Amino acid sequence: MPVSLLWAVDVYGRVYSLSTAGQQWEQCRDAQMEFKRVTAAQQCCWGIACDNNIYLNVHASDLPVRYQEETYENQRWNPVDGFSERLLPSDRWQWSDVTGLQHQPLDSFQLPSSSWEWEGDWYVDENFEGEPTEKGGWSYAIDFPATYTKDKKWNSCVRRRRWLRYRRYKAMDTWAKIPSQQTTLPDPFSDISCGGWEISEEPRGRLSLWAVSLQGKVWFRDGIYHHNPEGSLWEEVFLPGEVIQISCGPGDLVWAVLWEGQLIVREGISRDCPKGSSWAVVESPSPDVGAIHVAVGINVVWAVTKDNKVWFRRGVNSHNPCGSGWIGMVGEMITINVGLNDQVWAINCEDRAVYFRQGVTSSELSGKTWKAITVPRDGDRSHSSFSFLSTLDSAGCYFCGEVRAQSVVSDAESDTEKGSADGESIPGEGEVKAPCAGSALSPSQSGGPLDPQWSNVDLEEAQQAQTVAVQDTADTCSLSSVATYTLAMEDPYGADEHPLWAWVSGGGCSVDSHSQLNWFNFSMNTLVSSVQSMSLSVSPAQTAAWRRQIFEQLSERTKREMDNFRHYEQAVEQSVWVKKGTMQWWRDWKPHKWIDVHFALEQFSGPDGNKDGILFIYYNYYEEKKYLHAFINEVTILVPVLNDSKHTFAIYTPERTKQRWPIRLAAATELEMHDWLALLSVSCCDSRGIHGPPSKQAIWSITCKGDIFISEPSPGLEAMPYPTPCDQMFWRQVGGHLRVVECNSVGIVWGIGYDHTAWVHTGGYGGGFFQGLASSTDNIYTQTDVKSVYIYENQRWNPVTGYTNRYCTLLRLEFTKRVVSDWAIDYSVSGGTDREGWQFAADFPASYHGYKTMKDFVRRRRWARKCKLTTTGPWQEIPPIPLSDVTILPCTAQSSVDVIPVWAISNKGDVLCRLGVTALTPAGSSWLHVGTDQPFKSISIGAASQVWAIARDGSAFYRGSVSARSPAGDCWYHIPSPAKQKLKQVSVGRTSVYTVDENGNLWYRQGVTPSYPQGSSWEHISNNVRKVSVGPLDQVWIIADKVQGSHSLSCGTVCHRLGVQPVEPKGQSWDYGIGGGWDHITVRGNSVEPPRLRLPSLTDPSSRSPVPVRNTEVNGVGN
Amino acid sequence: IMADDKDVLRDVWFGRIPTCFTLNQDEVTEREAEPYYLLLPRVSYLTLVTDKVKKHFLKVMRAEDVEEMWFEYEGTPLKWHYPIGVLFDLHASNNVLPWSITVHFKNFPDHDLLHCPSNSVIEAHFMSSIKEADALKHKSQVVNDMQKKDHKQLWMGLQNDKFDQFWAMNRKLMEYPTEDGGFRYIPFRIYQTMSDRPFIQKLFRPVSPEGSAHSLGDLLKEMYPDAITNDGEQKRYQVVIHGIEPLLETPLQWLSEHLSHPDNFLHICVIPVPTD
Repeated sequence: MPVSLLWAVDVYGRVYSLSTAGQQWEQCRDAQMEFKRVTAAQQCCWGIACDNNIYLNVHASDLPVRYQEETYENQRWNPVDGFSERLLPSDRWQWSDVTGLQHQPLDSFQLPSSSWEWEGDWYVDENFEGEPTEKGGWSYAIDFPATYTKDKKWNSCVRRRRWLRYRRYKAMDTWAKIPSQQTTLPDPFSDISCGGWEISEEPRGRLSLWAVSLQGKVWFRDGIYHHNPEGSLWEEVFLPGEVIQISCGPGDLVWAVLWEGQLIVREGISRDCPKGSSWAVVESPSPDVGAIHVAVGINVVWAVTKDNKVWFRRGVNSHNPCGSGWIGMVGEMITINVGLNDQVWAINCEDRAVYFRQGVTSSELSGKTWKAITVPRDGDRSHSSFSFLSTLDSAGCYFCGEVRAQSVVSDAESDTEKGSADGESIPGEGEVKAPCAGSALSPSQSGGPLDPQWSNVDLEEAQQAQTVAVQDTADTCSLSSVATYTLAMEDPYGADEHPLWAWVSGGGCSVDSHSQLNWFNFSMNTLVSSVQSMSLSVSPAQTAAWRRQIFEQLSERTKREMDNFRHYEQAVEQSVWVKKGTMQWWRDWKPHKWIDVHFALEQFSGPDGNKDGILFIYYNYYEEKKYLHAFINEVTILVPVLNDSKHTFAIYTPERTKQRWPIRLAAATELEMHDWLALLSVSCCDSRGIHGPPSKQAIWSITCKGDIFISEPSPGLEAMPYPTPCDQMFWRQVGGHLRVVECNSVGIVWGIGYDHTAWVHTGGYGGGFFQGLASSTDNIYTQTDVKSVYIYENQRWNPVTGYTNRYCTLLRLEFTKRVVSDWAIDYSVSGGTDREGWQFAADFPASYHGYKTMKDFVRRRRWARKCKLTTTGPWQEIPPIPLSDVTILPCTAQSSVDVIPVWAISNKGDVLCRLGVTALTPAGSSWLHVGTDQPFKSISIGAASQVWAIARDGSAFYRGSVSARSPAGDCWYHIPSPAKQKLKQVSVGRTSVYTVDENGNLWYRQGVTPSYPQGSSWEHISNNVRKVSVGPLDQVWIIADKVQGSHSLSCGTVCHRLGVQPVEPKGQSWDYGIGGGWDHITVRGNSVEPPRLRLPSLTDPSSRSPVPVRNTEVNGVGN
Repeated sequence: IMADDKDVLRDVWFGRIPTCFTLNQDEVTEREAEPYYLLLPRVSYLTLVTDKVKKHFLKVMRAEDVEEMWFEYEGTPLKWHYPIGVLFDLHASNNVLPWSITVHFKNFPDHDLLHCPSNSVIEAHFMSSIKEADALKHKSQVVNDMQKKDHKQLWMGLQNDKFDQFWAMNRKLMEYPTEDGGFRYIPFRIYQTMSDRPFIQKLFRPVSPEGSAHSLGDLLKEMYPDAITNDGEQKRYQVVIHGIEPLLETPLQWLSEHLSHPDNFLHICVIPVPTD
C-alpha cells in the first residue's frame, strides 16, 4: 500500500499531516495562515483558512496537470483568393469551437487563475483521425458543418484545422486560493467536505466538493477533475433548513447536520448527477439532544450529538442512503471523520487527541476500539535536528529576548549538536526522570488557552491564538531537548506536550484494518528510551555484518568438518519418499468428466545426486485398475486453471503441449491444491537442478488468471537452424498477480496489476503458495490486486412491455478473492453506452452501440463487481501513478548502460519516462511526463533507444532524438497505421519493430535503418496474434489465438518465430509452446547469443534429426 | 551474491560431524574391533543414527556380553537426548577431527544417561520438545492444529534425513503474525560445560516492550552475563550455535527461525575459550 497522509488542524489553526509510514505529525509550513478546516482526497486537500477563503493544495505528482485548449480555424474557398479567411455571412466565425457556434479567437483564451501558466504557444494539430495530414493540418469538406476528409477534393469548398495550446497547473504542493466568483459571493464558508471520487471514473480525478456558509446555505463546486483541479463554479443547493456541517463520502453518500439537530441525507446522487436531487430528513440519534456532527464513508455514517456521544448508523449503503437505525458507541468525541475504506478517526473531547478506530473491516464496519494516535509533532523530538532548527528560527524572529526559554533553548541546541556530532547520547540523562511526572499533567488543568471552548477556531480566536501559537513553538523547541525539559515544565504555558486537535480528515489516508501503522506506541514517556535506542540502534551495514558472519562461518564449518571426510559413510541412507492423496482427474476418454483418482508422487535421489520423481494417477477404467504416470523431469509446467467450481491445475509435458491436452486435476480444497502445487514444483525444480531467483535472462509470462511464470532460456533457444523446441521449455511459477510483466537482461523486471498498480521485482522468488523452501524470505511482500468480474444483463424489446429480461447469468467468483464492491453498472464497455449503461443491437449476439435506433430490438448492459485478491510475491509497489503499459530498454550482451531507460503509459494514456533506473535501483526515482496530443496505449523502446508508441486512436508514433543525454527525446513523429487497421501494441527489439492490430494481425516495419529509424511501410506477417514481444536478439515471440493441437485447440498460446536472423528478421514459421490461457510474454531479458553453428559432418551417423518444427497445417497461425 | 536465508536452513540440516567410533577397551571381544567411521548429522540424536555402529561391533562380540549401548567422550558419557551437534560443540569442538567416541556395551551410567531402549523413546522425546517449543512460541496453537500424520511427517523427516519432508511441515511452526514481530517467547537452551545445571531455560521475548528486536547479546546479558566479553576484557567464553559463533547483535528471532534444531529449540553452547 503506498504511503498516504492523514490531515489534521490543531486548535491554533496549524495544519499538520501524518504519513501512514511516518511516526510524527509534519507541520504544513507552506500555510501562510491558520486554517479552520481541511478536507482531503488522495490527490489534494481543500481547506478553509481564517480569511474565510477556500484554498486548494494539489499534491505534486510526476504527472503534471495539463489542460488542452483547442480552437478551430475555418476557411472558405473563393475563385480569387483560393482558400482564405473570407467567409460567407452565414458561415461560422473564422475562429470557433468544434461546433462553429462559439467565437474563439486565439487571444480570447485566458489563464483561469494565477495558479496556471502556459506551456508554450499555439500550434497546429497535424493529426487527423489517426493519420498525419502533411498539409498544415487542414481537413476539407463541401460545406460547414459536414464530414471532413484529409484530402482536398474537387468539391471541397471549406476547410478547417485545429490549433492546440496547453496550460499547466503550477501551484503544486502549496495552498492556492480558489478565485472568488464574479457573481454574488456566498457569505463566508464555515465547513467544507470533498468526496465522490468513486461515483465515476470519468472524467479522471473527478471530485465533489460541498461547502456550508455561515448563514447555513450549502454550495456545490462544479467541474472539479484532474485537468481542472480548482473546479469551475459554485452552485447553490436548496435546503429544508439551515445546515451547520456537511460530510461527503468517497461514493454517493452525502449527509448534513441542521441547526435544529436533525440530519439530512442527499438523495439522487448518481454518475450523471453528482449533485443529487433532493434531501431526506433523519432524526437525531438521541430524542433530547440534537446532532452536531456527521461523517460518512461508502457504507457508513457516524454522528456526534451535542453531548459528545458517538453514534453509528446501521444499514447504510448506496441503495439506502438513510440507513435503518442508530447504535450508540463508546467514547466522547467532538468531531469524527470517515476516510478511505470506511476507516474512522475522531477527536476526543477530553484530551483533544486524534483517535483511530481499530478493527474496522467490511464485515465489521463499526470497528472494535478507539486507539489514540500518540506520535509527536515534528520539533517535539530531538533526533530530527533539521526541522528542530527551522522551528527555532521562526520562534527566534518573533520573540527574540521575550521568551524566557529562548536563550536556554539556544544553548540546548548547540549542546545537542555537539552531542550528535560526537556520536554520544544527549547530555543530562540524569534529569530525564522529571518530565515523566510532569507529563501526567492533563491539559485541562493547565487552563488558559487550552480550554475546550476552542472547538471552533474562528477568526478572532485564531488571531488571539497566534501569540500563544508562536510561544508554543518555542516551548516545543525546549521540549525537544532532554536537557532543558524540566525548565519547560516550569512555564505555565508549556503544557502543550501533546497536540490539541480541532479537526481531522482521512479522505486521503489509505489504510485498512490490516495496515501496519506506527502511530500508537509513542508517548512522551518513552522519549528518553527512544533517544537511547536511536544511538544504540544498528545500522544497515552492521545488520549485514551479522548475517554475513553467519554465512561465512557456516561455509567455514562445512570446510572444516566435512571437506576432508566426504569419503565417510553417511549415518542415514537416502530412500524413496512417497506422498499420496486423492484428487479428481479430467479423464482422457469421452465423455470427458471428472473422476476420482488416487494420486502419488514418488521421489528418489537420482544417480547424479539430483532428486527425481514419478507421478502416478491411479484410476478405474471399466472396473479395471489402471494408472497414468509422468516423469517429474519431463513435466514442463504446473498451471493453476481458472474454474468456477473446482480447485484445478494442469500438468504439461512436451508431448501434452503438442496435444494441447494436459493432465487436468482437481483438489478438494484450495489449500490442498496449493500444498500439492508447492510440493510438485519443488520436485520439478529439484529434478532439473533449478533453484533460487530467476536469472536476468529469464523469459516471463502471465496466464489469464494473472499467475506469473518464468522460464530459463537454454543457450540453444534462439539457435539457428536447430533451436530448442519451445514445448520443451520448463516454466516455474513466481508468487504475485499481474496483467503485464516486462524485463530486460540487466535483471530489471516491472509488472502491472489488473488494478494498474506498478510493481518492481525484488530479485526474490516464490511467495504465493510457495511458502517455505521454494521461496526466498527477505524480499517477499504482500501484493494486492483488484480484478473486475462482469455479467451482462440482456433484454429483448417486446411491443407491449418494452424491454424485458430474457436471462441473467450470475457468475461464481473465484475463491481466493474478496469481493470489495457491490454490483454496479459498468459504463466503460467498448461501443459506448447510453445514460443507463445500455448498449443496443438488432439481435443477440451482435455488435452493440451506445444509442438506440429503430432497428434495435435487444439491449444489454454490463455489470461489474470488483474483487480484491491478496497474495505475496517478490514484488514491491511503485506508487503512485497507475500504469497500463511499460517497457524497459533491452540491453545486448555487450552494452554497458548505467541508467536504463524505462518508459510507461499511465492508465489514463499519459506517456511517462522513468528516471534513475539502474540495476541497483530497479524502481527508479521519479517520472518525467512526455506530452502527447492524445492518450496512448502501448509503448516499446528498442536496444538503440528507439521509442515507438501506439495512440488510443490506433496510430503509431516514433519518438525522435531519445538518447542518454535526452532521455525523453524531443518530438513525436506520426507513423500511419497499416491501411484500415487500428494498431494495438508495439514491440521493438534490437532493430526490428513489430506491431499487432485490433484484428489480430502481426505487422513488421519495413525499411528501418539507423538514418531512417521510422521505416517506410508495414508488412503483414501473421494473423491470429494477440501480443508480440521482440527481444534484444530481435527474436520474435507472440501470444497466438487458436493453435490446433492433436487433441484440442488452444487460445492464448506462446509461439516462437523460427528462422529469424539478421538477413531475415521476419523469420519463416512458428514453433508452438505452452498454452492456452496465456495472456502475456516477454523475452526481452534473453540476450544470450546462441552458440555458433557447428554443422554436423555428413558422414556422422549420429547427426541430429532435422528441425523439430511441426507441420504448419495443424495450426491457425498463418505464416 | 548474497546467499539466501533459506540456504542457512540447508546448511544447518546437512551439517555433519566426522566421527570415529572405537570400542571400549574393557569390552570382551572375540577378535579385535576395527574402529568405525561415520558422518553424523549434527541435528539428529546419537542413538537414532548409530545402528550401523552397533551392528559393526556386535560382529566381534558375544551376545551375552552385550547390554545397552552407550557412548562416552574423554570420560564424559554422552547424553543421547541432546542433539549430536550440541554434544560435539559442548565437549569436543576445539579438538581435532574426526571426533573420537568410545562405544560401551556394559556398565550403563544410570545416573548420567537416560535409557533408550527403542526409537520410539527418541520420537517421544523429540515430539515433546517440539510441543514445548510451540507452547512458548504460539501457546501450542500450531502444533495442536496439526494432525497425527503431520507430527509423523516431522519425525520421519528427521529420522530419514528428509529435509524437504521435514520443512514442508516445520515451516508452519516457524510462522508468526507480522504485527507481533516474532514468536511469543523464544524457545532456547543455554548449555555450559562447567555447571551442574543441565541448561538454562527461561521465558524471553524476541521483542522488547519498546518494540525493538532483542539480539543474542540481549539474551545472554540477562541469562548468562559472564558469557559476554566486555570492552577491554580478555575473551573468556565462546558462544557457539551449530559450530559457529554468531555476532551478539544477531536478532534472536532470526536465530530462532534459522538456527533452531529440528526440535525447534535454539541450543546455545557457552564454552571456555581454549587455552593454548
